[in-house]
Amino acid sequence: MAPSSNRRPGSSRRAQYSTFMGYVIAFAGVIAGVAVLLFSTSNAGAFAALRGGAADAVAPAAEAAAASRSESQGVWAALQGYFTYGVQVARNEQELAEARVRLTEAAALRQENQRLKALLDLRESEPKPVAMARLIGSTSTSTRRFALLGAGRNHGVTIGMPVRSPLGLVGRVLETGDRTARVLLITDTVSVVPVRRAADGLPAFATGRGDGTLQLRLINIGTNPLRVGDAFVTSGSGGLYWPNTAIAVVTRLTRDGAIARALSDPGTTEFVQVQPLWDEGKAAQELSAPPAAGAK
Amino acid sequence: MPVPIPEQLKDLTRPRINRAPSPLLAISLPWILVMLGSLSPAWPIISSAPVMPPLGFLFLLGWLHLRPSLFPVWAGLPLGLFDDLYSGQPMGSAILLWSLATIAMDYVEARFPWRGFVQNWVVASAVIAGYLFVSAWFAGVQRQPDLLLAMLPQIALSILVYPIAAQIVGLVDRLRLIPVREV
Repeated sequence: MAPSSNRRPGSSRRAQYSTFMGYVIAFAGVIAGVAVLLFSTSNAGAFAALRGGAADAVAPAAEAAAASRSESQGVWAALQGYFTYGVQVARNEQELAEARVRLTEAAALRQENQRLKALLDLRESEPKPVAMARLIGSTSTSTRRFALLGAGRNHGVTIGMPVRSPLGLVGRVLETGDRTARVLLITDTVSVVPVRRAADGLPAFATGRGDGTLQLRLINIGTNPLRVGDAFVTSGSGGLYWPNTAIAVVTRLTRDGAIARALSDPGTTEFVQVQPLWDEGKAAQELSAPPAAGAK
Repeated sequence: MPVPIPEQLKDLTRPRINRAPSPLLAISLPWILVMLGSLSPAWPIISSAPVMPPLGFLFLLGWLHLRPSLFPVWAGLPLGLFDDLYSGQPMGSAILLWSLATIAMDYVEARFPWRGFVQNWVVASAVIAGYLFVSAWFAGVQRQPDLLLAMLPQIALSILVYPIAAQIVGLVDRLRLIPVREV
């Protein structure tokens, strides 16, 4: 095959200049890329409005695609059911997984209740969700782990709100558009969640590893008290996440902590709920205030 | 790489008297295909690890191989900007890397004009692997070095998917030159 591109288009000055200008613009693009990259890595929130607008633009199509995702899974499961009891097994497994998580959360709640009741005779309740929405996409090509949520400022979603699924914590809202929001998943490498062991309240930090697992780092360095199978819930310290949301189960021990599997797989959950901001100061104030006469 | 076209399309692509390709389709379809590839984060795939091949980038490479002078050398600037809006990478990473890739492919085209598909695939594999590693570095993979291992399946998948992407590019190339306009 003969070379099809002609880099020197004859003796036309105009054509030569336009070829030359093409290269000038191309190298300007390289320089612009470096400049924008340096600017955006040093300012985390830069270009958020641009990205939000872009996400809003594709949201309707992405919503439809997300709906078809759950439907097509349903059709597939129904087809499987003709040959095996796949549907039923899948449903039972789902229920079992949810029940296990509920059990862990209940254990944590019971422990918390005992502590609080001993102190104050007060109880906490699950927050009323701000919005229920679909996760409509994720950055599946990049090593960063963001998901696109089908609810935005118009639905009352603001930056910092925790996002959870029935199975556990998913992440928190990082940027908002009018109809969409960008969620930082707990498995992202910059996500740090303060957690505690459900059984005894051992505090730790859960950092994402970018591949669906979490690194648990203990706050008290010493002998590693973790065991495979330990369940962790959010502790609520730091004021970002509501306490007692299930998050991960230890799968492998390391020298200074453990690798844990995140409980909520955002790919298999259809709807997630956006929780209001967890105001630690306010909650602490309520807890330290003497119980009112009519308090339950 | 030109592909055999379906029977139904054969009549459409056959040159006919007083019909010519629409310039609008012929010029816009390559850009649209690359941008559709960049929209893959809006596809209904929620993954907990980087697994999907960077389709927009694969389509861009496919066009640069199939029609070396179709995209201007500066095409990496606007297309990379569009990709950055959706990819989750820090803004500017695709602007820089796509511009560099376009310039590099232009150099390869001028330096080695006679290539077969295997050579194209080898070049594309090197460019894709380099692109994914540098992208990961821009996204801060040094905070979590284990992630480099987790990226290997994505790189392998991207290299294997490249011929399919090139086939799609070839098909769209046939489509964009369908003579639909009366002259």
